[in-house]
Amino acid sequence: MLEKNFDVAVVGAGHAGCEAALACARLGFETIMFTVSVDSIAMMPCNPNIGGSSKGHLVREIDALGGEMGKNIDKTFIQSKILNRSKGPAVHSLRAQADKSEYSRSMRKTVENTEHLTVRQAEVSELMIEDGVCRGVKTLAGTVYHTRAVVLCTGVYLNSRCLVGEMITHTGPNGLQAATHLTDSLLQNGIRVLRFKTGTPARVDRRSIDFSKMEEQFGDERVTPFSFSTDPEDVQIDQVSCYLTHTTEKTHEIIRNNLDRSPIYAGIIEGTGPRYCPSIEDKVVKFAEKKSHQVFIEPEGRYTNEMYIDGMSSSLPEDVQDAMYHSVPGLENARIVRNAYAIEYDLIDPSQLKSSLEFRDISGLFAGGQINGSSGYEEAAAQGLIAGINAAMKLKKQDPIILDRSESYIGVLIDDLVTKEMMEPYRMMTSRAEYRLLLRQDNADLRLRKYGYQAGLISEAEYRATIKKEKQIEEEVNRVKSTYVGETDAVQSLLRSLQSTELSSGSSLAELIRRPELNYEVLSPIDPDRPELSESVREQVNINLKYEGYIKRQIRQVAAFRKKERKTIPENIDYDQIGSLRIEARQKLKKFRPSNIGQASRIQGVSPADISVLIVYIESKKGTVNR
Amino acid sequence: MDVQEETIAAISTPPAEGGIAIIRISGPDALEVADRLFIGKNGKKISDQKSYTIHYGMIAEPVFDRSSDQTDLFNINRDQRSNDHAPGRMMIDEALVSVFRTPHSYTGEDTVEINCHGGLLPARKILEAAVHAGARPAEPGEFTKRAFLNGRIDLTQAESVMDLITAKNDFALRSSLSQLEGSLSKKIDEVRNCLLHETAFIEAALDDPEHIDMSGHIGDLRRTVIGQMGKIQSMIDRAESGQMLKEGIKTVIIGKPNAGKSSLLNVMTGEDKAIVTDIAGTTRDVLEDRINLSGITLRLLDTAGIRKSDNEIEKIGIERAKMHAKDADLILFVVDSSVPLDENDQQILRLIEEKKAIVLLNKSDLEAVVTKPSLQKLTCAPVIQISAKNHEGIDEIESFIRKMFFSGEMRVNDEAIVTNVRHEKALEDAERSLSYVLKSIDEGFPEDFYSIDLMDACDALGRITGQTAGEDLINEIFSSFCMGK
Repeated sequence: MLEKNFDVAVVGAGHAGCEAALACARLGFETIMFTVSVDSIAMMPCNPNIGGSSKGHLVREIDALGGEMGKNIDKTFIQSKILNRSKGPAVHSLRAQADKSEYSRSMRKTVENTEHLTVRQAEVSELMIEDGVCRGVKTLAGTVYHTRAVVLCTGVYLNSRCLVGEMITHTGPNGLQAATHLTDSLLQNGIRVLRFKTGTPARVDRRSIDFSKMEEQFGDERVTPFSFSTDPEDVQIDQVSCYLTHTTEKTHEIIRNNLDRSPIYAGIIEGTGPRYCPSIEDKVVKFAEKKSHQVFIEPEGRYTNEMYIDGMSSSLPEDVQDAMYHSVPGLENARIVRNAYAIEYDLIDPSQLKSSLEFRDISGLFAGGQINGSSGYEEAAAQGLIAGINAAMKLKKQDPIILDRSESYIGVLIDDLVTKEMMEPYRMMTSRAEYRLLLRQDNADLRLRKYGYQAGLISEAEYRATIKKEKQIEEEVNRVKSTYVGETDAVQSLLRSLQSTELSSGSSLAELIRRPELNYEVLSPIDPDRPELSESVREQVNINLKYEGYIKRQIRQVAAFRKKERKTIPENIDYDQIGSLRIEARQKLKKFRPSNIGQASRIQGVSPADISVLIVYIESKKGTVNR
Repeated sequence: MDVQEETIAAISTPPAEGGIAIIRISGPDALEVADRLFIGKNGKKISDQKSYTIHYGMIAEPVFDRSSDQTDLFNINRDQRSNDHAPGRMMIDEALVSVFRTPHSYTGEDTVEINCHGGLLPARKILEAAVHAGARPAEPGEFTKRAFLNGRIDLTQAESVMDLITAKNDFALRSSLSQLEGSLSKKIDEVRNCLLHETAFIEAALDDPEHIDMSGHIGDLRRTVIGQMGKIQSMIDRAESGQMLKEGIKTVIIGKPNAGKSSLLNVMTGEDKAIVTDIAGTTRDVLEDRINLSGITLRLLDTAGIRKSDNEIEKIGIERAKMHAKDADLILFVVDSSVPLDENDQQILRLIEEKKAIVLLNKSDLEAVVTKPSLQKLTCAPVIQISAKNHEGIDEIESFIRKMFFSGEMRVNDEAIVTNVRHEKALEDAERSLSYVLKSIDEGFPEDFYSIDLMDACDALGRITGQTAGEDLINEIFSSFCMGK
């Protein structure tokens, strides 16, 4: 039997696996990353974009922590846009169309050229777990890899099967080999496993599409990069277009007439599907009153003719798909390159994880990405990064890096995964972030660079630059607040020119900035002492002043939130000892084993009274310390 | 824990008509809250008084600086200044106010106890005034919890402190005392669902701006918010007049036909409310009245006799009787001692197994076929011999009820009052959040800001109905709006 030694094994080389492996290797640990196919590193098997509402926030956060996704998409995007630009800064979201194969190739290049990182094509079939400690993995070929930590990033490959109507293939996405052994090993080690489903639409040949029947969609004139370290000038490229069309009554009729042949409606699919990206069958059934749904036609890359049919994922049989797509204006003669399909896969119940993404009962075993019940490239990468960082922290014998809900979307994502009952694949949404005014994509660096630096993925120089930026913002905000202007001609004529009411008495610049029609930039003519500041500092000054009331309110709420989060629950607490807990609460607490009172109070089925009981119990066990 | 930084208030005496009632205020701002309510005879403020002193004066509605509330939208803690000379300030009651400074109080925190005239009204009004002055209505068991966490209750008592918290909350939750009046709870749900839907629309559009468009929707939103604020305001008015909760112990009188239930109701209420005849099945609907037993209110419900019946109207009456019995706080099971027990009685005996109940062996004036010992073998509930006709045994019923509800720590009506005040505060919070939505709309803030305040309003309403908004919002987004991909 062949045996090898590594510090860390990462199982899977998708978006989670790459971030996990890069983090561990960059922190100096000998890391091996397994994949069923080296050609599928960082593959994008579904939508051809990175970012979007709330997902763009995740990418920015990954970047601030020292992850790779933002840098990689900046190198490989073919169109970019800020969504919700007319809304508040908290919901501005960057979204880029990726050149899929370039994205994958570029990430592969990064991975293959990172020191301490080994890529290995092999199916991991077994976890080596002894006495609650994970000591390595074994591959299907029988080789044993002794490691000190293992990060599972298996995506949708565990026991996956793809469905196109009656046709079922036991493969991962795009016909890639499924991983059919690891689930058994998980179960043997007492890990609870769930089954989900998701799906993807068809791809069609660009040459067969009549774009004259569609509306062309352009990228932003000036592109904003994802990464804080990308030079904005480097992303001003020639962009490609997307196209907008829609389903018709005929489309819906075809679908309704063939519902009995859909594996979901025929009951063949057992996994739970996501509500946020419903198949076109689901849309037609659930929103029967809607006569038409939007369909976006998006290029899969610069060097391919494949176009992605965004809005029409399906698991109907091939002949129905053919008829259905042909009923869409502009797709009458479309030639399908790849079928739409649904995919079912095994995942672990994430309530078994700690907020560090380590298994609570198996030391040294971590999990990140779709295996934890999330969906989306960005959600996966975010978890992979945190799981990787924390595997490394463990080997360094340091405390894990845990981001909370008040400082990041990543914190919201992981906290939701480990405290909620997973009923369907989890997608990030801005409404899930209670303190979203503070968690903006524009300030991810200010929020999170310190953690990246603490982990060792952000350099001293980058960290210092962030501190300096923070200071500049603070100083400028204070200066603007204490700078007053009177009813001078210069002031009044500027206000007039901006359609703003003239002053009747003196005002601080800050008060003027709060007017909806004004902002920091436009007031520069009446602010002669304004220092020279970078665009990103000016942006922060404007946001902080303009929305100060709301921001302050959320800061107060965060202070209350943090107090509960700081109140830790001992890891060895025995909930059966607390007789006064209601049965439902006790079962939930035993299942999720929250690490603090705040987390406990977010578990559904735990009432405020149960929390009071818990607090009294914890205090009573602490003994006389506080007395 | 942040709760300890909040100042809480509740009524801490079992309510009784006559005597005194005590409103207890505890927490870091207890003395300041008292200052805002209290007009001392000698003109001194409570916060200037020493610990362990008692002061005489008037309790009045606190004075708000409304203008500052209007101009500073985000100043949640309204500037509430005590202003003794404010014109038209409403006096509530004269009172003695005791001051206990930390750590020498029951909870270990700064505490003020307001002794006012007994009876429910002054106590309720003072509690409401304390909440307006910045205190939060205490959660069930919260004073005891704080006393424990501050080391004022021995560690060995932890178990009983936990039991008390659970028991009090359970009681508050299950007992009909704190149940919202049916139509009101429906109204709250309607408002909440409407706001949730509006929020979901905004959030769906933010999450999927390319598929969901909310342009032109703001005018509609503004109208909707104003409409919902009106509904909340009318609920606040009702809450202020104390109509929000069905107060009183829900006491259901059941028994087979002609056992004497209606006679019992009439005797206990002292009125001829129910029609009493010798004809079995006279009472077809549920009759209700309130009586007061040494300060405890009983909501007394007379029901149709339970038996197998083919009469449609009587059948409905029987179903209603069973339904009321199921969520009763107390069941009075009337047994006719002059006829043998039959299957109808057996059925009722099973119905009361899990409930607080008293079995009344009626018609002690007639020759007994069913005796007290034989009946006692069949039930764990206490059995009392009475004659409703001759008004015999009625005092004994009352003393049993008093024992059942006053033994132990369970206090009934004060918990209901606090719940009422808590709900009122939640409605006010919801209304304020909606006023912020309007303000944000009028000041031209972008849509994502509206949903922050809309969610706060939903959360406040959810405190009344026991729902949290997070998952409900996500569900509403997915069920009402067709998301992309």
